[in-house]
Amino acid sequence: MSAVPAPYAYPRGAEMEGSHATGWWGMVLLIVTEASLFACLLFSYFYLRATVPAWPPVGIDKPDLTLPLPMTAILLLSSVAYWWGERGVRDDRIGQLELGLGISFLLGASFLTLQAIEYSHKTFAPQTNAYGSLFFTITGLHGSHVLVGLIMNAVVQVRTWLGHFTARRHLAIQNVGLYWHFVDAVWLFVFASLYLSPHLL
Amino acid sequence: MATVAERPERAITDERLVRLWETRPGLLGKLGTVDHKEIGIRYIITAFAFFLLAGIEALLMRVQLAVPENTFLSPDAYNAFFTMHGTTMVFLFATPIQSGIANYVVPLLTGSRDMAFPRLNQFSYWVFVLAGLFMYASFPLGQVPAGGWFNYVPLTSATYSPGPGIDFWGLGLIFLTISTTAGAINFIVSIFKLRAPGMTINRMPLFLWNMVVTSFMVIFALPALTAANVLLELDRKFGMHFYDPTGGGSPLLWQHLFWIFGHPDVYIIFLPAIGMVSTVVPVFARRPIIGYTAIALATVATGVIGFGVWVHHMFATGLAPLSLAFFGVASFMITIPTAVQIFAWLATILHGRPVWRTPFLYVLAFFFDFIIGGISGVMFGVVPFDWQVTDTYFVVAHFHYVLIGGAVFPIFAGLHYWLPKMTGRMIDERLGWLAFGLIFGGFNLTFFPMHITGLLGMPRRYYTYPPNMGWDGLNLLETIGAFILALGVLVFMWSVLHSLLHGEPAGDNPWHASTLEWQTTSPPPPYNFRSIPTVHSRDPGWELQYSDETAQYGDETLSRARETLGTTLHDARPEELWAMPEDSGWPLVLALALAVTFVGLLGGFLWLAALGLAAVLVATVGWLWPTQMKVVPL
Repeated sequence: MSAVPAPYAYPRGAEMEGSHATGWWGMVLLIVTEASLFACLLFSYFYLRATVPAWPPVGIDKPDLTLPLPMTAILLLSSVAYWWGERGVRDDRIGQLELGLGISFLLGASFLTLQAIEYSHKTFAPQTNAYGSLFFTITGLHGSHVLVGLIMNAVVQVRTWLGHFTARRHLAIQNVGLYWHFVDAVWLFVFASLYLSPHLL
Repeated sequence: MATVAERPERAITDERLVRLWETRPGLLGKLGTVDHKEIGIRYIITAFAFFLLAGIEALLMRVQLAVPENTFLSPDAYNAFFTMHGTTMVFLFATPIQSGIANYVVPLLTGSRDMAFPRLNQFSYWVFVLAGLFMYASFPLGQVPAGGWFNYVPLTSATYSPGPGIDFWGLGLIFLTISTTAGAINFIVSIFKLRAPGMTINRMPLFLWNMVVTSFMVIFALPALTAANVLLELDRKFGMHFYDPTGGGSPLLWQHLFWIFGHPDVYIIFLPAIGMVSTVVPVFARRPIIGYTAIALATVATGVIGFGVWVHHMFATGLAPLSLAFFGVASFMITIPTAVQIFAWLATILHGRPVWRTPFLYVLAFFFDFIIGGISGVMFGVVPFDWQVTDTYFVVAHFHYVLIGGAVFPIFAGLHYWLPKMTGRMIDERLGWLAFGLIFGGFNLTFFPMHITGLLGMPRRYYTYPPNMGWDGLNLLETIGAFILALGVLVFMWSVLHSLLHGEPAGDNPWHASTLEWQTTSPPPPYNFRSIPTVHSRDPGWELQYSDETAQYGDETLSRARETLGTTLHDARPEELWAMPEDSGWPLVLALALAVTFVGLLGGFLWLAALGLAAVLVATVGWLWPTQMKVVPL
């Protein structure tokens, strides 16, 4: 075997980035299994939809897009803000990281607020029929993921203020970012399935 | 090989490593340990306890069925016992005991100091125990789930199964899934990133291939079970309508979601077990395995095709003929990779010089009984035959041949093979042969006649049967067989106890095996290897030049702090040093917080569930908060 450098010449784990880091792999695999959970729920949505003649069922209007469209834009912008903040920490610009995380947090929180308003306008409940059960379960599960993402964001913000992150060490920022982009990507599937597809199909 | 006496600096290194890695004494040390070996042994013992519970349930059922029109068990008790027997065997025994064995051996096989996420490992164990206790709490409360191990709606809806019995089942499995998923992620990352330098992906022991494929199947398949159970609990507790046709739902949705999980789960149970076969066969045939690449690729193929066959559990539900044909063909196709592996093992044995020790006997029993189960399995791919025998004892015979022949026998082979490493003592061969004979004979006596009673039309899951159906003698035979099987398990337990008390010392490598776990002491020290080994081939222990000296880094390697070496995924080139966490109490706190949440959901105390979730949040943040790495001065 070729010469191996002395072991202490290797970088320490937490300084590794991306796919070198065990933590990155842990987060990616968590995301894969969560994506599979959402896929099962969307499978349930289309499966039950295929068993009835009218969708949404008689008496329920097609989903109104007035709020969901801006909600989608808000969530995507929050991903962009997070990405911009993460780019900051890579160049040791901690101020940019703080700002990016802060904007991303506020946008995520406004998404949840709009979702609550949207819920209050609905004319049906989870107990009304299978359509209502599916709608509130899937969007509710996604909303709870947004909430978890906001909590994660808050924790890394506190850690940013405490000076935990540098250009060399910021794996937690990367991992929270992966999760946050995943939550946003899932919304695109939820939005396309639950809001757009009744208009298109 | 230089002894410690000749190399006094080694004793100093060992002492430093022990200080860095050993578990603290006392109860708090035990509760907080992250040592994969301690956690692995706990997993094995706990899962074995569940195995005994499931066995007692099975014996009670066999007593009831020994003679026609028996009144030993009430119909309700019988339903509860077959439900919990299946649930325990599948969820609380088969997967956890293999997780336990893998927990013990994976870091040793990869030549690392611990799993990739040691605290997560501890957490997986606690969640497994608490979820098992959660489900078994239904017994003292007299609310045992009775919907069968696949829990079909509408029987299990709030209308037809009022009371909390089904909720113990549904919530318990959602809880347990957290443990299995966390374990799977841990295995994947450990095998991908912590392999010893030089252990390229095509030099990994085949058991690691099986664990990787199994773990990926867990990650993709278990969410379907979680989804099925979440929707069921929402129906039952919050009046939703996913499975309720009067509200636009469909009971078939449960069957789809359950079997999208359920059939891959057969392979989740089967693949680690045949990984043990691939481990034991070359060691006892005394030659390298034949067809390494074919076996590895067949394992991957099984993992992929395993997701495309779930509908063969639903042939009798009135689906469209095209989908029956598709899933029938897929069910035939999955036999191909399995056959590839069986022929590779047989070729290895034929070209070797078999050593007839107990682990090898269980492997031979695996060949014999698994092939019978495989053949009856292929028969189900023929849709009209499936219609004829579905829900009869033919199905019961088939899946016991697959699960006991295909998984439990390899697990016993693996236990006999690795227990000397774990305890440092050999198991007495005569006791091993005796236990094997009773288990193998008892098993076939119990389950082979079920093929016949099934073809004669005896339906499964009925608590009794009338006389004069031609089933009486066969059923009595099955009951006798079940007790012989149980006696064999008792002898096995005695043989383990005997080996702990009076067993021959095992030495480092009693089987003269080639993999890394046998190149350290039995049992291994808390840090596994003094220096991380370097691997040059698939069988490092059989290399002539292999000795302690080939450990490239010398005696000071990784003895400054709790660290292990990370390597690249494909070529296992050294890449970075990973700081490993100290013992921690947070995983137990987090597991208990989750348990509180699930108890709150079960009892309908939403405040308690909210309190539990708040504790989950605190425990997670506490766990992840960075700590200073302890460094032992040189």
